[in-house]
Amino acid sequence: MKTLEPESEAELAAILAGAKAPFRVQGGGTRPIGGPREGVALATRRLSGITLYEPGALTMVARAGTPLAEIESTLAAEGQRLAFEPMDHRGVLGTTGEPTIGGVFGANVSGPRRIQAGAARDFLLGVRFVDGRGQIIRNGGRVMKNVTGYDLVKLMAGSFGTLGVLTELSFKVLPGAKSAGTVAITGLDDATAIAALSRALASPFEVSGAAHLPGGGNDAARTLIRLEGSQASVAYRAGRLQEALAQFGDARFDHDGDAVAGVWRDLRDLRPFHGREGDVWRVSVKPSDAPGIVAALPGAEAIYDWGGGLVWLLVPRGTAAQAIRAPLDTVGGHATRIRGEAGEGTFHPPPAPVAALQEGLRRKFDPRGLLNPGLMDSPAQMASD
Amino acid sequence: MDMPPPNPDILARKPELVARLNRALPEAAVISDPAETRAYECDALTAYKCPPLAVVLPGSTQEVAAALRICHEMGVPVVPRGAGTSLAGGALPSADSVILGVARLTEVLETDYENRFIRVQTGRTNLSVTGAVETKGFFYAPDPSSQLACAIAGNIAMNSGGAHCLKYGVTTNNLMGVTMVLMDGTVVELGGAHLDAAGYDLLGLICGSEGQLGVVTEATLRILHKPEGARPVLIGFDSNEVAGHCVSDIIKAGVLPVAIEFMDRPCIRACEAFAGAGYPDCEALLIVEVEGSDAEIDEQLETIIEIARAHDPVELRQSTSPEESARIWLGRKSAFGAMGQINDYMCLDGTIPVSQLPHVLKRIGEMSGEFGLDVANVFHAGDGNMHPLILFDANKPGDLERCEAFGAAILKLCVEVGGCLTGEHGVGIEKRDLMIDQYAPEDLEIQMAVKDVFDPGWLLNPAKVFPLQSSAAHRDAAA
Repeated sequence: MKTLEPESEAELAAILAGAKAPFRVQGGGTRPIGGPREGVALATRRLSGITLYEPGALTMVARAGTPLAEIESTLAAEGQRLAFEPMDHRGVLGTTGEPTIGGVFGANVSGPRRIQAGAARDFLLGVRFVDGRGQIIRNGGRVMKNVTGYDLVKLMAGSFGTLGVLTELSFKVLPGAKSAGTVAITGLDDATAIAALSRALASPFEVSGAAHLPGGGNDAARTLIRLEGSQASVAYRAGRLQEALAQFGDARFDHDGDAVAGVWRDLRDLRPFHGREGDVWRVSVKPSDAPGIVAALPGAEAIYDWGGGLVWLLVPRGTAAQAIRAPLDTVGGHATRIRGEAGEGTFHPPPAPVAALQEGLRRKFDPRGLLNPGLMDSPAQMASD
Repeated sequence: MDMPPPNPDILARKPELVARLNRALPEAAVISDPAETRAYECDALTAYKCPPLAVVLPGSTQEVAAALRICHEMGVPVVPRGAGTSLAGGALPSADSVILGVARLTEVLETDYENRFIRVQTGRTNLSVTGAVETKGFFYAPDPSSQLACAIAGNIAMNSGGAHCLKYGVTTNNLMGVTMVLMDGTVVELGGAHLDAAGYDLLGLICGSEGQLGVVTEATLRILHKPEGARPVLIGFDSNEVAGHCVSDIIKAGVLPVAIEFMDRPCIRACEAFAGAGYPDCEALLIVEVEGSDAEIDEQLETIIEIARAHDPVELRQSTSPEESARIWLGRKSAFGAMGQINDYMCLDGTIPVSQLPHVLKRIGEMSGEFGLDVANVFHAGDGNMHPLILFDANKPGDLERCEAFGAAILKLCVEVGGCLTGEHGVGIEKRDLMIDQYAPEDLEIQMAVKDVFDPGWLLNPAKVFPLQSSAAHRDAAA
């Protein structure tokens, strides 16, 4: 079936106002989390272009369909970047196409630096979107501090196109790092590794990445800590961390720019899982709970990011959602199936009072159930409307 | 300032309401004597006052839920109150409302240094959150000027910022989870010790919702280890415009200071007279602070000073000791007190794109002449959050009204240049009627639709944030 690609916000608003049947909302289509859904594909890729960039104010405004690559190269030309380090899902999901900035914020996609700089949602300053009634809505703005009215900006970030179709985003950017280095310890078991990462993150040394790759086969486990800043500052902090982590083993310091960038890019994009069979889960927990949750899942392969607070799991295809989520019921946290059988169970089911609020919001923003029906909540509930 | 007339039916049922609250809560938790409820008649926006029908000060989430359930059943409006330090009238009662104060909810519930969070009851003051963790070298980053007095509940309601948010963000960036009671008494848990939401980001939505969606009783907050050190540099210029360019150039150079504070001549003079911090008498002053080890601080300051020199500063003072650092901050920190010595003042809170700084300062200067009122500017320049202080004489008839008109004109100017009405104080009643200058009707409608979901009866802080005309249909439908 044909994909609808409106060329203006007004055209998009007219499509939604006159719609009789549901849509599958997408940016570049590289992150089809939750699998194919019913309806006509509605893509924002022709709503493209950077409309404002003020490096001295650390702000950019871009239309939702603007390719992420265009944003990143424009920022790089001024020595700036998206500090939340959005992951590229193409490798792990086996998708093709161009990731868009709308998709990044719509799915609240962050990478390793989230632990220090914040998530995509923390950088989003303002949105324009078309709601399910075809109305053009504005919220937030392009300034960094704004408490004027309710923060629908946060609500839209990570709502996967279910509350409205994003058309324009304004966001905060940050200076890039002059250099980066990795402090690495090899051979730690998961629990010890998370303890080491916690030690590093609880230091004053501004760790901008804290990950653990358990290894297996011929690969030794690697526990990685990233530092960014001026060369002198990175070297100083690496030295202090090597001292602080001495009890955990020999901590090596690597400051070869390309190698460091490569290690963190591979981690960000889950390269160890590329081309591998199985379902992929994204689990958010209190860091010290992470090793226990992984240990309770025989056959699971794990990558720990965010100091252990984010666990990526590769599990046998068809592993029941309940097997992943049951331990979280007691310790707290949530799990999302990033790759696997489409449909129910992809998103973590909220407790009843929260589910009621979410459904209430959805009915207000999209009363006719046009936007990604079935995604992000129980299809049965929506269908009973 | 218009407020909806009190509902006579509710006023008549005060005895029944008080009796029910007294049965559900401990004796000391319910205040209904008009002599005592008067203490709650206003917050820090003292120009508007109205004693509430009653005040409840619950001691637990369960007691908050019990009080809300009773008010919900009886259709009585509830105004949540943190420490009452709102400059926007966020906690102003109406005569037919119950003030729900969190002042007795002050416990630290859990401290976890390994996972870097603290869980507290929300009546705890901002500064005492840091107080609970600083022996281990940690702190809670958001630092509003009122941090000695203001409560976490109010910080969450207004999404408070502070001088250091250029680096550490505002409340919403440091809030990991809440326990919140909805108006009907339902207790919901959002977030926790893990990062990011499952499902919609309701945590982000309730932060800054001015107590209109629920009453937050417990909060999980991110804590950080303190930096090894911090040091400011003071830079004086003979033009606001040049100072503005200097700010922009510092940011562009890739240094990210923890704070960039800006003061103009009227403010510098007032602070100098009040605190004697040794400030030069110039048009504009910047205080730029950076953090790290001594060597790291030196390196960053070197870059900043090099940039400042290129703009011909009239003064450039580096701190070489903690005492000197304290003196540099002394004037800035006493700015509000200093202005209060001179006159009554109104503190504004608009935010503008940093690039518009010189233009906006020039326009404010011109408007000062037009309205015949002096204005001093002190603000967080790194993030464009301005705090113009308009001086007026409360005893002089017409002065307050002129001051309010001047304030509104400045805020409209902020919106005009791409900014917003309020950066960290909130809308409350103060900026309620200006919302139509920032938002189109449909933008406000969808925000009010969010309130319809959380509080279908429009009982929580109902006459705030949205212009009364805009919210009338929602409030009437709910009644």
